[in-house]
Amino acid sequence: MQHSKIKVALVGNPNTGKTSLFNQLTGLNQKVGNYPGITVDKKQGKCNLSENVTATIIDLPGTYSINPNTIDESIVLETLINKENIDYPDVVLVVAEVANLKRNLFLFSQIKDLNIPTVLAINMSDQMERKGISIDINLLEKELKTDVVLISARKGIGIEKVKKALLQPKYKAEVPLAAYANRMDADYFAKVATALKNHSLYKAWLLITQCNDLSILPKQEQIAIEKLREDENKLAQLQHKETVLRYAKINDILKKTYKVDYQKATTLRARLDKILTHRIFGYIIFAAILMLIFQSVFDFAQIPMEYIDTSFAALSNWVKSKMAEGMFTSLLTEGIIPGIGGILIFIPQIVILFLFVAILEETGYMSRVVFLMDKIMRRFGMSGKSVVPLISGTACAIPAIMAARNISGLKERLITILVTPFTTCSARIPVYAIIIALVIPNERYYGFSLQGLTLMLLYLIGFTSAIISAYILNKILKVTNKSYFVIEMPNYKLPSIKNLGITILEKTKAFVFGAGKIILAISIILWFLASNGPSSSFGKANAIVEKEIKINGINLSEVQKQQKIASYKLKHSYIGILGKTIEPAIKPLGYDWKIGVALISSFAAREVFVGTLATIYSVENEEDTSGIKQRMQAEINPETGKKRFDFPTGMSLLVFYVFAMQCVSTLAIVKRETNTWKWPLYQLFGMTSLAYLLAFITYQVLS
Amino acid sequence: MDKTVADLQVGEKGIIEQVCLNDIPLKLLEMGCMPGKEVEMVQIAPFKDPLYIIVNGSHIAIRKEIASIIKIETNENLCNIVKSK
Repeated sequence: MQHSKIKVALVGNPNTGKTSLFNQLTGLNQKVGNYPGITVDKKQGKCNLSENVTATIIDLPGTYSINPNTIDESIVLETLINKENIDYPDVVLVVAEVANLKRNLFLFSQIKDLNIPTVLAINMSDQMERKGISIDINLLEKELKTDVVLISARKGIGIEKVKKALLQPKYKAEVPLAAYANRMDADYFAKVATALKNHSLYKAWLLITQCNDLSILPKQEQIAIEKLREDENKLAQLQHKETVLRYAKINDILKKTYKVDYQKATTLRARLDKILTHRIFGYIIFAAILMLIFQSVFDFAQIPMEYIDTSFAALSNWVKSKMAEGMFTSLLTEGIIPGIGGILIFIPQIVILFLFVAILEETGYMSRVVFLMDKIMRRFGMSGKSVVPLISGTACAIPAIMAARNISGLKERLITILVTPFTTCSARIPVYAIIIALVIPNERYYGFSLQGLTLMLLYLIGFTSAIISAYILNKILKVTNKSYFVIEMPNYKLPSIKNLGITILEKTKAFVFGAGKIILAISIILWFLASNGPSSSFGKANAIVEKEIKINGINLSEVQKQQKIASYKLKHSYIGILGKTIEPAIKPLGYDWKIGVALISSFAAREVFVGTLATIYSVENEEDTSGIKQRMQAEINPETGKKRFDFPTGMSLLVFYVFAMQCVSTLAIVKRETNTWKWPLYQLFGMTSLAYLLAFITYQVLS
Repeated sequence: MDKTVADLQVGEKGIIEQVCLNDIPLKLLEMGCMPGKEVEMVQIAPFKDPLYIIVNGSHIAIRKEIASIIKIETNENLCNIVKSK
């Protein structure tokens, strides 16, 4: 028999366990891509439905309705309305949740009307008994004219039945679930039917009310649609009527098929809500959770990070000892290996942060935080939903800025995007961590690590500056803002290990292959700039240094002489020249040319700072086998004879890194999300000038 | 004064007014918040906003500004009065 392939689109409300089902069907056999032109994640996976049929499953963004409110939601409509779309499915799998069946069926009823074979999976069926719910599946199938499967994605129950239903949906192309048109406005829909006779009535109706881009349609249809759109009030009224009629039909069906014994309905949610959204305890719990996150990021991540750091230093030395000296060995041991080390060192922190964010989202707690914070955030021109980007921003600004899409108010969304880079992303942590380790004593006060508290303070400064800038932006930005804030308060649930694992794997992979590429490329460029220079000075380094030694008449061992040559070479390499050039500008901040080089390179990405210093110091002193921290500790300021990384310089650097906009990837994503270069450029210049000014003040006051 | 969802106390219930569909945003209707349905106030956030309600089986939070345009308790004449204003 021939092997065939089908396409399945996975659709459902948020919080229905859609992702769990996707993970169950595809396992690790999935990949994340992008929809052309926009940055919405496109998740696809393969699933063997039978020996001969493989399904490509497309996980469409969660939505409450096919009428989109956000960019993410518009993907659902675009995929399902256009038969020419490359993702247009053979079967739609709608996921619903047993306790919210009524609202979930609203989306289902819209999808069903699109005339695509549809299978309905009702998730969390394992909780039916506890919640006192019973469903007459056979009758429901008949009423909805759709295959209905009870599943528990978390426990893996019913998955095989879903596959079977997808393979052979009992009800193929169908008459729409309900003919609402006549009850809404028969005359109007008669006109629609004649003007757009090549489309089904419901599709025509969606084209009229929802589609901005009509360019795929023939000219005469476009004109007809413009005409049918003229009376906006009437359209709004009809949409309202449609919604009410759909719910009326759903209520009728559920009355016959769905029973809930409210006595049994659990009160756990009500009890938890009482505490978690309490006006005092709510905030205390939220603060405690944040504190836990930050302490674990600093404490737990420390051990694997040091391990990665020293392992790569050791690997570099081992390779060096095994290979013949030369250009390639040098590139490998001073460019590529430290570069890869510089990427991998982030993984522990990214994993911990994404783990916490994923747990908060999965359990349903994040919605309570949004509820608690909305009024406060609104004073600063943001929405309660801005909390999610601001917290995710502590992992990485890129997904955080993308998460701002859920905010429906234009101005609230823009402000959130603009201030998110102030929050302490994980790329800043290596910089913070190494400087804190150098200038803050490793002591404990009342069980709190002093270094951990300093890190917490830096987070607070970052968060405070985000809030203050938001307040100022709210006053000066002139953007009209009309939106309806509605957020679902989902039922609490335990996070599934599988979902957490896949989420973290995905995010870490995206980081390593996305930001990692930039970091590695920059490491190699830096290595090149550091090991090459103008021939007049760099090329004659050996001769010049030997001459100098002879003139001064000093006795040096061979090792010392080699060190002197290396140091001379670095100073006169291209990178040294670059650093020297900007030295006068950064001297008032307490930095020398080596830190200058690291600052320049970290304008591409902050985390490059540590890697650059690693490269600079390993180029300078090839015999040194210690890790980067020891090397920085040993660095002496030749003018004062004291440590280079002393308290004032360290603090000034920390302040600089809190405020400066140093991430090319973030600037690119802001450009894509706001559709103009104006906002990222404002961010770049505004934040970086602020950083310079405040670092200057810090250094001058402390030294 | 008409009573609206915003006037409910925690634990209190009301019925969303039958008529006047246009007063409720489509997005809310789609979430199940529609005329004739019972609303229960679950929790009022600190600073009295937003409001956490259960309506038509949905647990949702909405801002006070929207809550204060959703009238509760049936009075069929109200819609016309609002319109003539």
